[in-house]
Amino acid sequence: MPNNKVEPGFTRYLTPEGQLHTPLPAWADDFNLLTRLYRHMVLTRVFDQKAVALQRTGRIGTYAPTLGQEAIGVAIGSLMRSEDVLIPYYRDTAVQLMRGVRMEEILLYWGGDERGSDYAEPAVAEDFPLCVPIATQALHACGVASAFKIRGEHRVAVTTCGDGATSKGDFLEALNVAGAWQLPIVFVINNNQWAISVPRRIQCGAPTLAQKAIGAGFHGEQVDGNDILAVYDRMQIALERTRQGKGPVLLECLSYRLGDHTTADDATRYRAAEEVKQAWQEEPVKRLQAFLAAQGVWDEGRELALIAECQGLVQQAVTAFDNAGTQSAESVIDHVYAKWPAALAEQREWFLERAQRHAGGEDHGQ
Amino acid sequence: MANDKVTLLEAVNLALHRAMAEDENVLVLGEDVGVNGGVFRATQGLRDAFGFKRVIDTPLAETMLGGLVVGMAAQGLKPVLEIQFMGFIYAAMEHLVSHASRMRNRTRGRITCPMVLRTPMGAGIRAPEHHSESTEALFAHIPGLRVVIPSSPARAYGLLLAAIDDPDPVIFLEPTRLYRMNPQPLADDGKRLPLDSCFTLREGSDITLISWGASVHETLQAAQALAEQGVSAEVIDVACIKPLDLDTLEASVRKTGRCVIVHEAPRSCGVGAEIAASLYERAWLDLQAPIQRVTAPDIPPPLYRLESLYIPGVDDILHACNSVVHFA
Repeated sequence: MPNNKVEPGFTRYLTPEGQLHTPLPAWADDFNLLTRLYRHMVLTRVFDQKAVALQRTGRIGTYAPTLGQEAIGVAIGSLMRSEDVLIPYYRDTAVQLMRGVRMEEILLYWGGDERGSDYAEPAVAEDFPLCVPIATQALHACGVASAFKIRGEHRVAVTTCGDGATSKGDFLEALNVAGAWQLPIVFVINNNQWAISVPRRIQCGAPTLAQKAIGAGFHGEQVDGNDILAVYDRMQIALERTRQGKGPVLLECLSYRLGDHTTADDATRYRAAEEVKQAWQEEPVKRLQAFLAAQGVWDEGRELALIAECQGLVQQAVTAFDNAGTQSAESVIDHVYAKWPAALAEQREWFLERAQRHAGGEDHGQ
Repeated sequence: MANDKVTLLEAVNLALHRAMAEDENVLVLGEDVGVNGGVFRATQGLRDAFGFKRVIDTPLAETMLGGLVVGMAAQGLKPVLEIQFMGFIYAAMEHLVSHASRMRNRTRGRITCPMVLRTPMGAGIRAPEHHSESTEALFAHIPGLRVVIPSSPARAYGLLLAAIDDPDPVIFLEPTRLYRMNPQPLADDGKRLPLDSCFTLREGSDITLISWGASVHETLQAAQALAEQGVSAEVIDVACIKPLDLDTLEASVRKTGRCVIVHEAPRSCGVGAEIAASLYERAWLDLQAPIQRVTAPDIPPPLYRLESLYIPGVDDILHACNSVVHFA
C-alpha cells in the first residue's frame, strides 16, 4: 500500500511554563510588540469575564466566552491590515477587538440588538458580522477573496472556525474552491478540542485538521494556539505568502476551550475536571506573562496597572451599552429590503400598529 | 435593435449580455456557464464577450456557490449565479435563508447582497429525475428575498435586467417548458419591467385566472376557450411571487367576483394558498363563488412518461372555471 501519511508542520516557541522551546525568530526581540500583544490578551480576558457576568445578571443574552482563545485572535488581529477582511465565527471576541470592533458593539450584539453588527470604525466597515451557522462563513470568505482576486487587489480574506466546523461540507467546499482558484485567503481553525460536548477525537478520523488543506492542493500546518509567538510567527508568514498571490493557507491552532461553549452550556456534564485543570496549566495569557517576566519586562506592578486600565475601558463600554437604548420598531422592518416593498405596505402598517400597542419590545405586551 | 423571433431563453441571454455591458461589476458564474455557455445555452457567448474573469466556470458544488455569491456581493460585485436545475438548489438553501436574505438586516444595511440566482424550473421537457421541480413556494416564504418567474420572452428580458439592478437578492426562476416555445419580437433596448408587480395579460369581466410560470401558457389557452363559450376571463401573470402584488389581484377579483388560481407546483402550502387566503381576507364580500385552485397534487414530479398528468392542463383549468362560473 502507498504511504498516505501526511505530517503538517507544528510550531511552538514557548513551553507552557513560558520558557523557550525553540529559538525565537528575529521579530520577537521587540519587547514593545510583545507587551502590546500581552496587553490585548489581558484586555480580551477582562472584557470576556465582564460579558459572562453581564449574562449571569440578565443584562445580555447568551454569550460565547473566548476564555483560553486569546492568543489566536490577538495574533491574527494584530497582523491583518485594515484593508483585509475578517469573516469570523462566533468565538472571535479577541480578533474583533483587535480589528476595531467596539466593545459596546459586541455587547449590543449579544445583548439582542442588531446595531451590534453595524460597526462604526471605518477599518472594519467591510468585516463580516459574527457567523452562527457552522462553517458557512468559510464560503463567504471565498467570495470575498474572489472579489479581491478578480479586481487584482493585494488584500487577504481571513476566516476563522472551530474544530467541529471542519466536519461540515461548507468548510470542505471552501477549501476546494480556494485551492482550485488559488484565492488570497487564510483559514484559521481554532481547534479548542470541543464542539459543544463532542471531543476532537470523535469529530474526525484525520490525525490533524491542517492536512485537510493538502487534499485541496494548498499548504496547511499546525501551531500551538496557546503560544502567541507561534501563532504570530506563522500567521505573519501565511498573510505575506497569500498577499503575494501564492495561494491560500490553512493554520490549525491547537488550543483549549477553558469556558463553556456558551453561557447556556454546562461543560461539567461532559468533560472531566482533571482535563480542564491540566488545560489551565497551558493557557496562553500566563504563558506570555511568565516569558515577559523572565525577560525582565513585566512585573506585578505593571500587571496590576494593566488590569485596572482594562477594567476602566470595559466599564466605559458597559456604560455606552447601557446608554444605547432600544431600536425603534421601524428598524426591524426597514432594513429587510433596501426599500420596503410597496406590495408589503400593509404588513408594515399592522406591525407598527402592534408595536404601538405593545409600546416597547421586551415584555411581549404582557 | 429589434429581433423578430426571440425565445425566452434567448431573451435571458440578451439581458445577460446587456447587463454585463452596462455594469462591469456584473459577473456570471455557475457550472458549465463559461466555455459551454450553460447546459441550456442561456449564457452562450458571454465568455467570449466578457472574458473568464467575469464569466466563471465553477467547481461542481452548489453549497459553495450559494456561499460564494454572498461574499462576492458583500464586496460590491453583482453576481448572477446559475444553478443548473432547481432540483439542485437545495444544497445552497442555507446561504439563501440564513445569509443572503438577512445580511442587510443583520448589519443594519452595512453589508448587502445584490445578487441574482437564476435556475431553470418545472416539468414538461422529458428531463431525468430531479430536473422537473417547481418549489418556488420554499423561496417565497423567506423574508428578504424576491422571487421572480417570467412567462414570456419580453418579461424574461425586462424582469431579469430589473432583478440584476435590484439591491437585494432575487431568485429568478425560468420555466424550461417555455424556454424555446413561442418566439416573439423583442427590442433589445435595455428597458426594465417593474418587480413586485403582476401583469394583466388579458382583460375580462366574468372570472379572474391567476397564474405564473409555464402554467400561464395553458391558462391563456383556457381563457381563449372560455371566450369561445361566451365567458370573459381576465388573465393575470403574477410574475413576482415575492413580494406579491395583491392590490392588482384584489382589484381584478372585486371586478369579476370569481377566481381560479393555476400553478404547476404541488397544492399544499403552494403560493396559490397564500393568494386565495389573501383574497378571502380582502374581497370576501365581492366573491360570487369559492376560489378554486388547479395545481399538481402533493407528489414528486413523476418520471417523464407520466409527467403530463402532473402538469395542470387546459381541460383541468376549464373544469375548474366551469364550476366557479356556474356556482349557484
